[in-house]
Amino acid sequence: MSPWMEDFLWWCDESWISQTIQNSLWLFPVIEAVHLLGLALLGGAVLVTDLRLTGAALRSVPIARIGRSAWRFMGAGIVIMLATGIPLFMSEAFKCYGNTSFRVKMIGLIVILLLTFTLKRRHLFHRINAQEVRVSAMSFAVGGVSMLSWFVVAAAGRWVGFS
Amino acid sequence: MSLLSFAQWLDEQALSTALHESLYAYPLIETTHVLTLCLFVGTVLMVDLRLLGVAFRDVPVSVMTSRVLPYSVAGFVVMFITGLLLFYAIPVRTTQSIFFRVKVLMLIGAAINVWFFHRRVKRDRVSWDSAPRPPVSARISAAVSIVLWSGVIVTGRMIAYNWFDCDRQPQPEWLNWAVGCVVEAA
Repeated sequence: MSPWMEDFLWWCDESWISQTIQNSLWLFPVIEAVHLLGLALLGGAVLVTDLRLTGAALRSVPIARIGRSAWRFMGAGIVIMLATGIPLFMSEAFKCYGNTSFRVKMIGLIVILLLTFTLKRRHLFHRINAQEVRVSAMSFAVGGVSMLSWFVVAAAGRWVGFS
Repeated sequence: MSLLSFAQWLDEQALSTALHESLYAYPLIETTHVLTLCLFVGTVLMVDLRLLGVAFRDVPVSVMTSRVLPYSVAGFVVMFITGLLLFYAIPVRTTQSIFFRVKVLMLIGAAINVWFFHRRVKRDRVSWDSAPRPPVSARISAAVSIVLWSGVIVTGRMIAYNWFDCDRQPQPEWLNWAVGCVVEAA
């Protein structure tokens, strides 16, 4: 572990947020429950957009129409996940650092956030006036990779608790 | 046969014990249960947001229900099967969990709400199918759905915590009564 990383983990561990969670019996479970509620919201928005991009659902509705509406709720879902996930991490910083599932989750998260805010965003919005209903090979690929990546992030996230 | 003796009967089965003590089967089933939440509650939530008139306002309600709800149904089937298996692995403790009992009550409430919604919808959906903001009864049904499924998620997660377990006495008398704890008089 680099000294920089060690300092950072200590800082997380000793922070007010982390200490409050560690000293509480119910705070961790409650934050975790809200993390799960965020998962449902985020998962729903991701699925609806990705199912549309792949053409597996809502084929009769223009991509942009689904994208425009779902995007805000996907954003809200991501905000809830980060707002609950970061405190959860801080309260168990050292445990998470040494946890393989957690590392897989973080790498997956970076990949999927990059994909979401570049390619996926473009595919959901760039045909906003075209009323595009057709699914291109690229839209199909973006939707498929997005679903798969989110699945890896969520599954690895659950596995953090088992290891 | 009481609920408890039924749970004890399940508990005595070799398969139940094997599942509970398995290294991978139990965590895998639980992970499937949790992840399917996205497929089930996630898609239900999207339809509810449409019914509330806050999302997909320019997509007809019938399009959302006919194209998205099949995924919810598939998700529910997976959640129900994995949920039964999780119960089967730890039947006695789960039966006596206050969180599990509240969860089941909310599940029943949610089922009644689904039934009510479909009856409501059958009556006159054609007249508001494309309305950005559906009538108040449909919106109430959507709000109830969001509240109950959220409650099911939260109580479901809390089953894992043993704060109110029967073997952690003393507990309030109403709690022991509510979960059917058999407490020997001191």
